Amino acid sequence: MTGEPLLEVENLTVRLRTARGIRRAVDGVSFAIREGEILGVAGESGSGKTITALALLGLLPLGARTSGSVRFAGTDLLTLRRRELQKVRGAQVSLVSQDPMTSLHPLLRIEVQMTEHVRAHLGFSQAQARERALEMLAAVRIPDPEQALASHPHQFSGGMRQRIAIAMALACEPRLLIADEPTTALDVTVQAGILALLDRLRRERGVSVLFITHDLGVLSSVADRICVLYGGRVAEHGATSVVLGTPRHPYTEGLMRALPGAALAGAAMTPIAGSPPSLDAMPAGCAFHPRCEWAVATCATRVPALRDVGDGRLLACDVDPLAPVPS
Amino acid sequence: MSADALLELRGVDVAYQRRGRAPVRAVLGASLAVRAGEIVGLVGESGCGKSTLGRAAVGLVAPTSGEVRFSGAVVAPIGRRARPVGVRRLQMVFQDPYASLNPRRKVGEQIADAVRLGSGGGVRADVALARVPELLERVGLSAQIAHRFPHEFSGGQCQRIAIARVLASDPRCIVADEPISALDASAQAQVANLLAAVAQQSGLGLLFISHDLSVVRKIAHRTAVMYLGRIVEVGPTDAVWSEPSHPYTRALIAAIPRPGAGSHLPTELPGDVPDPARPPSGCRFHPRCPVVMERCRTDDPPVVEVAPGWESLCLRSVGRDGP
Repeated sequence: MTGEPLLEVENLTVRLRTARGIRRAVDGVSFAIREGEILGVAGESGSGKTITALALLGLLPLGARTSGSVRFAGTDLLTLRRRELQKVRGAQVSLVSQDPMTSLHPLLRIEVQMTEHVRAHLGFSQAQARERALEMLAAVRIPDPEQALASHPHQFSGGMRQRIAIAMALACEPRLLIADEPTTALDVTVQAGILALLDRLRRERGVSVLFITHDLGVLSSVADRICVLYGGRVAEHGATSVVLGTPRHPYTEGLMRALPGAALAGAAMTPIAGSPPSLDAMPAGCAFHPRCEWAVATCATRVPALRDVGDGRLLACDVDPLAPVPS
Repeated sequence: MSADALLELRGVDVAYQRRGRAPVRAVLGASLAVRAGEIVGLVGESGCGKSTLGRAAVGLVAPTSGEVRFSGAVVAPIGRRARPVGVRRLQMVFQDPYASLNPRRKVGEQIADAVRLGSGGGVRADVALARVPELLERVGLSAQIAHRFPHEFSGGQCQRIAIARVLASDPRCIVADEPISALDASAQAQVANLLAAVAQQSGLGLLFISHDLSVVRKIAHRTAVMYLGRIVEVGPTDAVWSEPSHPYTRALIAAIPRPGAGSHLPTELPGDVPDPARPPSGCRFHPRCPVVMERCRTDDPPVVEVAPGWESLCLRSVGRDGP
């Protein structure tokens, strides 16, 4: 957990072409992940969290323009050619998406899908690749790996499919796993299993995880640090215990209060007014100001700078109404 | 169950026939009552039959045995004929608001349709349209949006529109099947609060079906827990949450991640929900149960009254004294 960060994202900006012009979906986002660390990226739809993940992997739609840097183990992924990126993707960095059916081919047996990229990336023979697939299925606790290899995706439940998708993502022993809402479609009991699995992988194999979700409850149990995104910018960033224990950005605090099981005192599931902005109607100034109960006139014009406010926390709020009162 | 129940399911079985294979018994012997002004939460993992139970409750599927009654009248699928006017006051909110609204009709027109249909057709079109602004405002939307189309709204707003349309027929009971699971984090709390507030203000019965236990805990008076077709525990929400009697309820609650500082990993429940076409013998939960006994493998679990109004389907459950 010490030493150089494995992934260092600096000033990442993504411009997307929409029907109404070019829009910034991600605007100057920076974060770093060390080996064996789980970084949670939290935000609602339109916050830029999925676009960030796709940008790291060079999987953005045509016409998207990316700037900034994404240094992975010393190399800037944004400068790599397609061929070179292909060697990193799937082998050293892999992706688990929300819907396992999008990563599994419905017509192919699990064995075919789980061995193909292992052979391509690591130069394994079919027998070696099969061995690796069995090992990974056992690691994600699929009851009968041999039987599973001979099956098709539809023969499994949603939770089992997600575990198979994770096993597939891990088969080349990547150093970084990007998990985009990996448990959102699952039941709490299955979700608990996936969270325990990710926690075990980072402890036993030193895998780093970029965990993207809108569910702060999920992040509080696995993430070491949390980066809260809103309207494509970082709102608050720091250790999980700091950010969720004493949220300081009005948006983070609002998300906490909207949680049904929130630990905040006197919480009664108070929703944040309004809805997240769309890319075509991004408010000027602080993107959160139309929904913020503390907003002052300057919030509508000035973009708040992300600044260090002590306790290892970065905060983008000029009003800072939740700052601790000095005693 | 009781005389004052608005919506009552008695020993409902629902089986889905499959060609060439054994039928799936999705719901088995389910009994549940919703009273006026009461919010009942129905929780369980996917595939446990909670949606089927909800569909049977509004007459979208026919029970293979048992019966569903609404205000004393039997609720049954009606095919292509019109639903009896009395049963129109039992309404349903679906999971996907985009799919339940007509994309090609204006929001106001759809709500006005529901006013007319709910009244049995006795309301003139202009009178029905005149009620639209009030209905939209009741769900927290501006009356100005009546002339717009569903695609112009977010998921949370569409779900509000769907709720306004349900309210248009002046319902006495609403069955909501996963009404918030397709929505954004902040919209989830908004819509859950809205449904609970609407039910409370108008004294409606609300059957709130969700896999999100934490939301059910916040809004439901009573909670029913389903596992593989059976209601395994039902009781007052606070009691079921603070001292769950059934081992499955305990496992579900332990699996919920708790937000806040100093959290730890939620507890895993090993195994998957078995294939409902080939359910385990004895207690259906026994293969995953952490406190399984020999008898659980062979004997059907009894209904144990833990306290008045609180039942658990488990050999180990015992009655408790006092509140």
